[in-house]
Amino acid sequence: MLSIENLHANAGEKPILKGLNLQINPGEVHAIMGPNGAGKSTLSHVLSGKDGYTVTEGKVTFCGKDLLDMAPEIRAREGIFLAFQYPVEIPGVSNIYFLKAALNAMRKHRGLDEVDAMDFLTLVKDKVKLLKMDEKFLYRAINEGFSGGEKKRNEILQAMILEPKLCILDETDSGLDIDALKIVAEGINAMRSAERSFLMITHYQRLLDYVKPDFVHVLADGKIVKTGGPELAKELEESGYSFLEQQVA
Amino acid sequence: MMSETASLALIEDYPQAKANLPGYGVDWCRTFRDQAFSQFSASGFPSPREEEWRYTNVSAIEKKRFHWATAEKPIDTAWLQSLFLDDCWTVVLIDGVFSSDYSRLSGLPDGVVVASVAETLQSNPDALKDYLGQAVSDKEHNFIAFNSAWFRDGVFIRVEAGVCLEQPIQIVHVTTQAETLSCTRQIIALQEAAIAEIIETYAGQECAYLTTSVNEVFLADKAQLGASKVQQEAEQAWHFGGWYVKQSTQAQFTHHHFAFGGLLTRTDIHCDLETAAECELNGLFLGLKCQHQDSHTRIVHQKPDAISREQYKGVLNQRARGVFQGRVIVAQDAQRTDSQMNNQNLLLSEHAEIDTKPQLEIYADDVKCAHGVTVGQLDENSVFYCQSRGLDEESARNMLTFAFANQMVKKIERKALHDQVLSLLLQRFPQQGVDSSWL
Repeated sequence: MLSIENLHANAGEKPILKGLNLQINPGEVHAIMGPNGAGKSTLSHVLSGKDGYTVTEGKVTFCGKDLLDMAPEIRAREGIFLAFQYPVEIPGVSNIYFLKAALNAMRKHRGLDEVDAMDFLTLVKDKVKLLKMDEKFLYRAINEGFSGGEKKRNEILQAMILEPKLCILDETDSGLDIDALKIVAEGINAMRSAERSFLMITHYQRLLDYVKPDFVHVLADGKIVKTGGPELAKELEESGYSFLEQQVA
Repeated sequence: MMSETASLALIEDYPQAKANLPGYGVDWCRTFRDQAFSQFSASGFPSPREEEWRYTNVSAIEKKRFHWATAEKPIDTAWLQSLFLDDCWTVVLIDGVFSSDYSRLSGLPDGVVVASVAETLQSNPDALKDYLGQAVSDKEHNFIAFNSAWFRDGVFIRVEAGVCLEQPIQIVHVTTQAETLSCTRQIIALQEAAIAEIIETYAGQECAYLTTSVNEVFLADKAQLGASKVQQEAEQAWHFGGWYVKQSTQAQFTHHHFAFGGLLTRTDIHCDLETAAECELNGLFLGLKCQHQDSHTRIVHQKPDAISREQYKGVLNQRARGVFQGRVIVAQDAQRTDSQMNNQNLLLSEHAEIDTKPQLEIYADDVKCAHGVTVGQLDENSVFYCQSRGLDEESARNMLTFAFANQMVKKIERKALHDQVLSLLLQRFPQQGVDSSWL
């Protein structure tokens, strides 16, 4: 589904990704862990097409298409969803309005008619219940005045409505208390399917207790330096990233 | 002989016209008008040399020949009624003259007067004596003096102590004739603990004209007035309006101002706060094409413990120009003043311009005052957020621009007014990709 080959990218002038390789197949859950500054967020931004990064080498294909050639909205419509580490607040537009506009943009891209209003409400209310959110959230402005946990749940709600092929979760666990973490994890698990893949970027092992990854990668200095199963995350939790320095030495 | 300028023409006109002006037969009112006239005739309309008029040049008015509307033209009733809000008492001023035919005032509770100012100056002039010219001085600027000398009519609203009006009073000012002048004076007095809501609507049929209106507002102790101004003047109109509000102890005043229409417009809002009075001023000005929208506010904390909140937003596109001058003055006696002022502006074109000038003058030492101003473009991170959800860049920008403006519309609590202003916003500022049915 997603194939990253020898990806080099700069943030501004500064090289951050330095030859990253990663292959994600349909239905797989990958976790990327690594110390601060390793390039985790840069990777999520480059994949979703945020401004301010230049790819200097390598290629990324998504479902057989050249991803780096696409505008951010085309990537989204093709099925990439980025759950933001810091979701943006947009006062003045309600959540439900935004969800509907986004879903219709996706549907149009896929040659479908605009969603029927009643069907849409039923769908949204269903997901809201699953995420244990108050329906009132739908009518509040996008993320305005939401707590950290509410914002992250809202990201998962958007993902559930937009039904991406690949869901990139950028530190979705940060800032969550244990109850919120469980709810978010339940949401992610509910979305798992044989066709949908996940790329979870995280600092900590704790999200992985609830969403079991198929692969865990260690990202350091812009490259994946180690890959393993879920047990690798546990190891990292216990011994930290000090092995990286030993390797370099 | 044709006079050289509009103000000279008006000045020449006054000696013949004055006898017919309402109240001219009453001594105190004649003195009031003559003094205003002599001030106006000394210097005419304000000039950009005056600090308060630096950014708003009205000299083009001098080239116009505005005249007083004469015979009443048959009015487009459907258009007029489209401006009316449901569940309101409605007062209509056509070309600056109170129209009892179109006003709907039945069922006003006891203790409430809503009347024509011209008529009141004839039948019971002393009812206005303590109010006229008491909330604002002609010295403020010459549009006030102009208004004091020439006002033809207006609305007098008085609510007795303890009376709570359950519906708003909507004052609809319409101009129907080209090249005309309308000059109205509103006197609004709420006695102790009275509660009322007033909505002002300014509109005109597509023509050039000049509107000047002055509202003098007197809020006794604990009175509460909610006010809104929806300025949707015609594209070629000039508009100068003002709210001058005296707030006694614990009186509350809220104002929502929407400056959408007109060619060159200015609204002044002054609040004078006594002990523990509260005022909240919200504003949204939109500029398209060559529109010039000026908002001038002045909040004076005269006494301790008063609270003021002010938020104004501007959205300027094409060659439009916006002006925001927000002044907060905290008198020496006004300890524990709590004041916040904020002005945010979006410039959507490189030719659009905003002049924003927040001013704080603090003479007390125990106060909490904050002010902030931003001028800029849309937040790029927000644009990316929308794109990452599948919206194309243009739709994302349109939606965010709309959201910026809509924040001020959302502050309106009364649904009928909210919906009307929202539809005006969408109509005046159509944003492709913004679907009104889901807002």
